[in-house]
Amino acid sequence: MTTNTPPVDVQVAEPAAPREDYLNCSKGIMSWLGTLDHKRIGLMYLIGVGFAFLAGGAFALLVRLHLWEPEGMLFTNQTYNQIFTLHGAFMVFLFVIPAIPGSLGNIVLPLMVGAKDVALPRLNLLSFYFWLIGAVLAALAIIMGGFDTGWTFYAPYSIYTDHAVVTIGMAIFVLGFSSIFTGLNFIVTVHKLRAPGLTWFRLPLFVWALYATSLLQVLATPVLGITVLLVAFERLYHIGIFDPRLGGDPVLFEHFFWFYSHPAVYIMVLPAFGIISELVTVHSRKPLFGYKLIAFSSLAIAVISFLVWGHHMFTSGQSTYAMFAFSFLTFFVAIPTAIKEFSWVATVWRGSVALNSPMLYTLAFLIIFAIGGLTGVILGSLNVDLHLHDTYFVVAHFHYVMMGSIALAFFAGLHHWWPKIFGRMYNETLAKIAVVIIFVGFNATFLPQFVMGSRGMPRRYATYVPEYMPYHQASTIGAVVLGSGIALMVAYLVTSLFTGKKAKENQWGGVTLDWKCPTPPPHLNFDDDPTVVHEVYDYSALDYDSMRRDAT
Amino acid sequence: MSHDDHHAVMIPAPGPEFVDHEVPHHFNTPVQEFQAGKLGFWLFLATEILLFGGLFAAYFYFHEVYPETFVLGGKQLDWKMGALNTSVLLLSSWTMVMGVRSAQTSQKRKTLIYLGATVLGAVIFMCIKYMEYSAKNEHGLIEFAHLFDGYNEATGQLPWFTDHDGVMADVPHGHMFFAIYLTMTAIHGIHVIIGAALIVWVMFGTAKGRFHAGYFLPVDLVGLYWHLVDLIWIFLFPLLYLVP
Repeated sequence: MTTNTPPVDVQVAEPAAPREDYLNCSKGIMSWLGTLDHKRIGLMYLIGVGFAFLAGGAFALLVRLHLWEPEGMLFTNQTYNQIFTLHGAFMVFLFVIPAIPGSLGNIVLPLMVGAKDVALPRLNLLSFYFWLIGAVLAALAIIMGGFDTGWTFYAPYSIYTDHAVVTIGMAIFVLGFSSIFTGLNFIVTVHKLRAPGLTWFRLPLFVWALYATSLLQVLATPVLGITVLLVAFERLYHIGIFDPRLGGDPVLFEHFFWFYSHPAVYIMVLPAFGIISELVTVHSRKPLFGYKLIAFSSLAIAVISFLVWGHHMFTSGQSTYAMFAFSFLTFFVAIPTAIKEFSWVATVWRGSVALNSPMLYTLAFLIIFAIGGLTGVILGSLNVDLHLHDTYFVVAHFHYVMMGSIALAFFAGLHHWWPKIFGRMYNETLAKIAVVIIFVGFNATFLPQFVMGSRGMPRRYATYVPEYMPYHQASTIGAVVLGSGIALMVAYLVTSLFTGKKAKENQWGGVTLDWKCPTPPPHLNFDDDPTVVHEVYDYSALDYDSMRRDAT
Repeated sequence: MSHDDHHAVMIPAPGPEFVDHEVPHHFNTPVQEFQAGKLGFWLFLATEILLFGGLFAAYFYFHEVYPETFVLGGKQLDWKMGALNTSVLLLSSWTMVMGVRSAQTSQKRKTLIYLGATVLGAVIFMCIKYMEYSAKNEHGLIEFAHLFDGYNEATGQLPWFTDHDGVMADVPHGHMFFAIYLTMTAIHGIHVIIGAALIVWVMFGTAKGRFHAGYFLPVDLVGLYWHLVDLIWIFLFPLLYLVP
C-alpha cells in the first residue's frame, strides 16, 4: 500500500475514529426513510430504479422467449399483450425517465455546483416517495388484472378495454409529479446554489444537461398529467373528447400524448448525453472539445423537441402540411445532436485515453448512439416512415436510443461515480468483461430487428409468419446474452459493497467539484465551502496526489 | 466536522409575539432561501398553467368542431352567477394581497383578518358553484347521481346527460360542452379548496408568530397560488359563460 501523505496539514482530532461521511453519519432505518440528504435520497432512487429495471428487463426476456417460435411459445395473445405493455410502461415511466436524474443526478449535481444539498430537500424526498407511490400503483394495476394498451395508452382502445387503465393512469400521473419535483429542484439549485466563482460556463456539462432536462420535465410533464387524467375521466364519466362514439377525436389524444412523450424522449436522453460529456473528458484527460456548443445544443434540443411530436403520427391522419413541418423539424433536431456526437469523438481524439470500464461503456455508447440517432433520421423522412411505421425497425431504433444509449450511459455513470458514492471499487476485470457481453448481446438483440422491420415485421404482434423466424431467434439469443451481461454487472457491483477494495480519493482524476469533496462525501458535502478559480475541465489543476490516496 | 456543529443562520423575531426563523442549513443567506423558494414556486405555477393548458386546448378544439353546441351550451349557464363569482374571487385576491402586505410589515392581527377574509371568499365561491351545479343537475344537463353509470352502447345515451328540457336537442353532441364545463370547473374548484386549505395553514403559522418582516416566504407563496387560482377563473368565466 502506498503511503502518500497529503501535502497539506489535515487536522485530525481523533485518529482512531473513521471519518464521518453521509453513509455513517446517522443510523437506523428512519434516518434513511426521512432523510433530506440528496445523496441518501439518490441512493434510495438508485435502489428503486434498479429494481424497476430488473423487473422491466425480466418482462423483456419473457417477450423475447415467447417469440422464439412463430406461434409463440409461452403465453396466450392476451397475456403477451400485457407482458409487452408492462415491459414498456415499467422501463419508460419507472426506469428510464427517473433513472439518471433521480439517482446519479441527485447525488452528483449538488456536488458539482458546490452546494450542501439541493435547493428544496423536502421536495426532493417527496419526489422519491411519489416515485414509490407510482411504483406501488403500477404493481397494483398488475394485480387488478393488468393492462394491455401498450405504454402509449392510445385512445379509443384505452377507453374501451376492461383492464386497470385508471390505476396505471394514476400511477403515471403521480410519477409525473415525481419527475416535475426533481426537475424543479435542479433548476432552482443550479440558479441559486452555485459556489462562488462557478459561473454558468464553468459548470460541468452534466449540470448543463440536467438543467435542460429539468426544463423539459417541468414544461412537458403537466401535459401528460392532464392527458392521463382525461383518459381516466373518459373511463369514469365519458367526457367524450377522445371517444369517437361521443363526438370526440382519438387523434387529439395522440397529439396530447406526444406533446409530452416526444420531449420525454429528451428527458430520457439528455442526462445520458451529460454523463457521456463528463466521461469522455475525464477518461481522455483532455478538455472537452466544443464545451459551449455542447451546452447550447442541450438547450437547442430542449426547445426543438417541443416542435416535433407530430413525427409519431405520420400515419394517424394529420394534414399534409403539418407532416412536412414535423418532418423538417425532426431533421433539424438532429443537428444539435450530431454536434454533440462529433464533439465527443473530437475529445477522445488524441486524448490520453484510459480504457477502464466507464470509458468502455462510453465508447460503446458512441457507437450505438450513432446508429440509434441516424436511424431516427431515416424514420423522420415522411415517405420512408409510411413503410416503416409500427414495424420492428421502429422498435430497434428506439431501443438503440433507450437501451443502447441511455441505459449504457447510466451504467457508464454508475461505474464512474461508484467509487465516489461508496468509497469502494468493483472488480475492474469483471466490469470489462461485462461491457463486452452487454455490447455484443445488445447488438445481437436489436440489429436483426432492423432487418426484419425493414422487411415488414410489425411490432407488438404475438405471432408471426415463419419467414421471420431466424431474425426473431437471433434476437432472442442476443437478449439472453444481454441479460447475462447485466446479471454479471449487478453481481459484481453488489459484492463490491462488501468486499471491494478501497477506492482512491479521486479515482479517475476528475477536476470538477464532485471529485474535490472527500470520498465518500460527508453529510454537508464539503469540509469548507468551495470556491472555483479554474476553468472547467482544466486538467493542469489536477491534484495527482488525490489519485493515489485511498478514500478515508 | 459533524453536521450537528453547523451553526444555522437565524433571523431574529421583530417582537415578543413573533418567533425567530432558522434558515435551513443548506442555504448560506436568508436571501438565498427567499429567492430559491420564489423561483421554485413560479416554476410550479408554470406546471399548473400547462396542466390547465391541456384543458384549454381541448376546449378550443371542440369549440371549433361544434361551434353551435358551445354557443348554445354557454347560454344554459347563468352568466350573472358567473360574474358574481368572478367578483368574489377578484375581491379575495385583493384581501390576499393585503394579507401578504400585513405579514411583510409584521402586523399579525391584520394578517389574520385579511387571510380569514380570503378564506371566506373561497367558501362563498364554492357555495355559488354548488348552486350552479345543482341547477345543471335539475335540468338533466349534468346529473351527478348518474355521473358514473357508464355509457349505454345500445341507445347511445349518456345517463348523466338526459337534457329533459330538450334545450340541446338541435345541436350535435350536446353533452360535450357540459363535460368540458364540468371538468374544467371541477379541477378549478379543487384548486380553490387546496388554496383555501393552504391559507388556513399559513394562518396557523401567523397565529404562532412565525411570519414577520424578516420571514414571510410561505405567506407570499400561498398568495401567488391564490392569484393563479383567480387568474385561471378569469379565463374560464368568459370562455364558458360568455361563449363567443
